[in-house]
Amino acid sequence: MFSSTKFNFIIPIISVLLGLAAGAIIMLIFGYNPILGYQALWNGVFDSPFFMSETVNRITPYILTGLAIAFAFRTGLFNIGAEGQVLVGWVAAVWVGTAVDAPAFIHLPLALLAAAAAGALWAFVPGILKAKLGVHEVIVSIMMNYIALHVTNYLIRFVLTDNQETTEPVKQSASLTNDFLIGLTGSRLHLGFIVALLMVLVMWIILERTKLGYELKAVGYNQHASNYAGMKVGRNIVVSMLISGLFAGLAGAMQGLGSFGNAFTNTAFSNLGFDGIAVALLGGNNPFGVVLSASLFGFLKVGSLNMSSAGVPNEIIEIVIALIILFVASGFIIRWALLQLKKGEKK
Amino acid sequence: MKMRRYAVLLGLILVVGVVLSACGSGSSSGQGGSGDSFKTAMVTDTGGIDDKSFNQSAWEGLTKFGEDNDLKEKEGYDYLQSNSASDYAGNLNRLVQSNTDLIFGVGFKLAEDIGKVADQNKETHFAIIDSVVEKDNVASIVFEEQQGSFLAGVAAATKSDSGKIGFVGGEESELIKKFEAGYVAGAKSVNKDIEVDVQYAGSFGAPDKGKLIASNMYNSGVDVIYHSAGGTGNGVFAQAKDLKNNNPEGNYWVIGVDRDQYDEGQIGDNNVTLTSMLKAVDVAVARVAQDSKDGEFPGGEIVSFGLKDDGIGIAETNTEAYTDDIKSAVDEWKQKIIDGDVTAPGTADELKAYVDSL
Repeated sequence: MFSSTKFNFIIPIISVLLGLAAGAIIMLIFGYNPILGYQALWNGVFDSPFFMSETVNRITPYILTGLAIAFAFRTGLFNIGAEGQVLVGWVAAVWVGTAVDAPAFIHLPLALLAAAAAGALWAFVPGILKAKLGVHEVIVSIMMNYIALHVTNYLIRFVLTDNQETTEPVKQSASLTNDFLIGLTGSRLHLGFIVALLMVLVMWIILERTKLGYELKAVGYNQHASNYAGMKVGRNIVVSMLISGLFAGLAGAMQGLGSFGNAFTNTAFSNLGFDGIAVALLGGNNPFGVVLSASLFGFLKVGSLNMSSAGVPNEIIEIVIALIILFVASGFIIRWALLQLKKGEKK
Repeated sequence: MKMRRYAVLLGLILVVGVVLSACGSGSSSGQGGSGDSFKTAMVTDTGGIDDKSFNQSAWEGLTKFGEDNDLKEKEGYDYLQSNSASDYAGNLNRLVQSNTDLIFGVGFKLAEDIGKVADQNKETHFAIIDSVVEKDNVASIVFEEQQGSFLAGVAAATKSDSGKIGFVGGEESELIKKFEAGYVAGAKSVNKDIEVDVQYAGSFGAPDKGKLIASNMYNSGVDVIYHSAGGTGNGVFAQAKDLKNNNPEGNYWVIGVDRDQYDEGQIGDNNVTLTSMLKAVDVAVARVAQDSKDGEFPGGEIVSFGLKDDGIGIAETNTEAYTDDIKSAVDEWKQKIIDGDVTAPGTADELKAYVDSL
């Protein structure tokens, strides 16, 4: 028999394989060569150090938004507001990065802290409304996304700049970029992945090794039982949202202090937060699983840009990603099929 | 125990990646030596090459250039699609690495990344559309939108019965001010006393606001509206079509922007699109590509396209509304601008000086 942890591991892998297979079938139906397509996808990432490091850059914020969603999920909360928390974190980091003068060992942590605080603040609103008034966090955090989009656009246009679309680049002392890495790869590879991996550990420690984590998970399993056991459910909801927002805010800092080195006005969402939902789902809401699924997402997104060299439209990868999520979400079918297979063997 | 399994898996993925990448780069170095044949490509912004706007127009220009020079798609001319702002730098670098001679960035949003990539790759030529990047290996392609807007103003003032016309802008910026100034100047050149109602929606993507502004304008007696507001302009069209549908005899005209928006104006048997201010990105792209191929790449220069070189124009599709007297008035002013007798103002200050001189 399969144990439940084994299922948590196997279902995402089978889903990915099914998604890729379905993508191949779709390519065949539309007259493209799936082998060349997937080869181009692979080469798009591993052909040169430049694109490998681009991929790492892409993975970094996915890890953090994935953690944000996963952490909230474990407490039974759906933080669909990660998108807005990314945006405010991004702008907060760039604000500190451009406006403050300090040596690097103060400046960079300060900018990261600002991003984390901004993200946490943005998540605090839905958290406190849920805890005190029972307003559903999905509704509030979706609305907070739009507020974030327009507030950050306003700040960039009228506070950080004088009616410009793009801010000044952040000062070198606050930048995550590193001359050694840039020289090595010629890309924008930055040190953000270290921050992201640290946060993976932080999440694991909080959830698995602290009393707080135990309580958070307990609230996630059953609010009423936790309440009966004497846990403060409301406080745990707020804390969970704060930590979740902190992760998402840091994802914004990765973009603002690393990949882009500035902030710019957006007419639409960056989708980092929304993709984070899929990353968390595929990663089984486990911090280490999130690293793997974020890596897959980064790989697919960067590699897909090369697919046009094989004559395959890169939108196909969006379809593959959607299918993978669909298969994960219907994991019980895979589980059932596997159990049937096992049974058949026994007979 | 579980931790270790993850670590092993991660290690495996990395090893496989490195090994395969070694194989990959071995084969790709063979492709590089394709010799001295010219290759050009463009990187789209987040709209695709079928966006009915900028990207599509640029791709049409590149395709025309390719066909004129007997180049093959993919080999001689190509495009890479960007799905988000994070893709720009990667796409530009991908083209540099595949030995592309001239790389176009479509739209001002790519300006920053073009600047960076151009710094790292001094041998490659770049061109940026609708923005200025001051580097020796970058050509900046800009358009004299004020000239086309001037003619739109001439057409609007000639068409208007009420003596009141309108302008709807997207976000208030230097670029859109160019449209506004040219339009007002053109209208006042025909009818010094014409009233121009100028309003900004504050967004290029808010058709609801565009519709509201247009509704107020038409109610107050405006009969021609020129929009320079991207998606917001669709709301202007929607309002004009609503009104036209209820009252087919009424005068509700819209002047489109960037490309011929005749199709947007169709409602039943009527069409509310008087004309459109055309920005021929395709002409500009084809021209710069050709110059570059002929060894005359305008690096470090700002290449400006206006009425003179057909980079800017005015649509004459709606022959029913765009009557002969409008056409002759527009042609007359067009000639004056081309001959240099009239300079279309592009800023608020220039507009004031121009109106005072009338």
